Amino acid sequence: MIRKITTIGLSLIVAAVSFNCSNNDDDKEMETPMTATYALEDQMGRPAVNTVFVSANSKDNFNTTIPSQQGAAYASMFKTNLEALSPAFNVSTDKNALMQTSTAFTNLLATDVLNVSLDGKTTFYDGTNVLTGRALADDVITVELLLIFGGEDFTENPALSDDHVDANDKEFLTSFPYLASPW
Amino acid sequence: MKTRKILLGLAAIALVSGAIIAADHIDAPEVKGGTSDITDFYAFQGENTDNLVFVANVQGLITPENSSSAKFDPNVMIEFNIDTNDDKIEDYVIQAIPSGTNMSIYGPAVPNETGSMSTILDDMYMSSVKITPYKNDAFTTTTNASAVTGVKAFAGLRDDPFFMDFAQYTAIVGGTAPGGFNNPGADTFAGTNVLSVVVEVPKSMIGGTGTINTWVTTKRKQ
Repeated sequence: MIRKITTIGLSLIVAAVSFNCSNNDDDKEMETPMTATYALEDQMGRPAVNTVFVSANSKDNFNTTIPSQQGAAYASMFKTNLEALSPAFNVSTDKNALMQTSTAFTNLLATDVLNVSLDGKTTFYDGTNVLTGRALADDVITVELLLIFGGEDFTENPALSDDHVDANDKEFLTSFPYLASPW
Repeated sequence: MKTRKILLGLAAIALVSGAIIAADHIDAPEVKGGTSDITDFYAFQGENTDNLVFVANVQGLITPENSSSAKFDPNVMIEFNIDTNDDKIEDYVIQAIPSGTNMSIYGPAVPNETGSMSTILDDMYMSSVKITPYKNDAFTTTTNASAVTGVKAFAGLRDDPFFMDFAQYTAIVGGTAPGGFNNPGADTFAGTNVLSVVVEVPKSMIGGTGTINTWVTTKRKQ
């Protein structure tokens, strides 16, 4: 209901601005005023971070905490939630296949940005390159499940560490715009 | 529509259980199912390896029957943030804002301000491309101001590139699937569309070499 009222309000403002413009033949500029301000509502760096590591009542706050402040605000929560979620991190010396303890792993993830190389292959993980980007065909969920549940050598908790959906339902394009046509 | 209801039901169950997983679809109550809800973010080297490609998807789980009426919200800016010196503060941004039947793309350029509030970059950094209508694959050319020559953009519906057995994960976390994942799994996002913005830019405009940190934001006009 609040959203509807806001929409009506905006329509009235747009109507008023349009009316002003049409009454001023010298004013060719009818685009959005340069002073318009846009406020943060949602953000994302790496896939699935908010959904997996942020507690239910903090999800909106995480979306509006800028990355330079996320680490300090969220690393501790991420560590607690990871250790509660995964039996591969139930001992303090446990590590994932990147040889990260729960502290190191969640310190990395709590600042939710995607690291991207400008110098070569861009992939979330391809067996050799780690976190050099995110390509469309990367099986990011299985990579994350392996890092969360798979333990030091990807062999722990095999029933939890691969969802066995390894590819998209449509083939990607090799040329721009790369994504497959809609259904 | 039916699929969406089932998914929302699953999401509700998962929220109660305290942990759900998807790329970023329906990730938080304030944005869930709204016009600013980011579903996914990708950044990868282009077919021309001198370029980097940014992809932002919003408004996920759009069924084919709902696709002809799906549209970008003219009050929502989609902003790609690029940090070149690892301080997690954006040094460049690329802004996408619908303008009638076109998508205006501003940048890459140094932002007017960093952080949670943004204003639109100067017109000297503007590119424009027609929003591709549903089921029309005749991509139109991007027009560029001289300062952003080489920027290429697409805006419109695409197949959701995300794939995962979200339903089974939800069941696992909810305690009703003690056996774990199925093999093979079922892609919960198969057959659904998203609204996509794809922007390909010369790497020379965003630092040229080295490693960048990047993230996507949606921001609503105040």
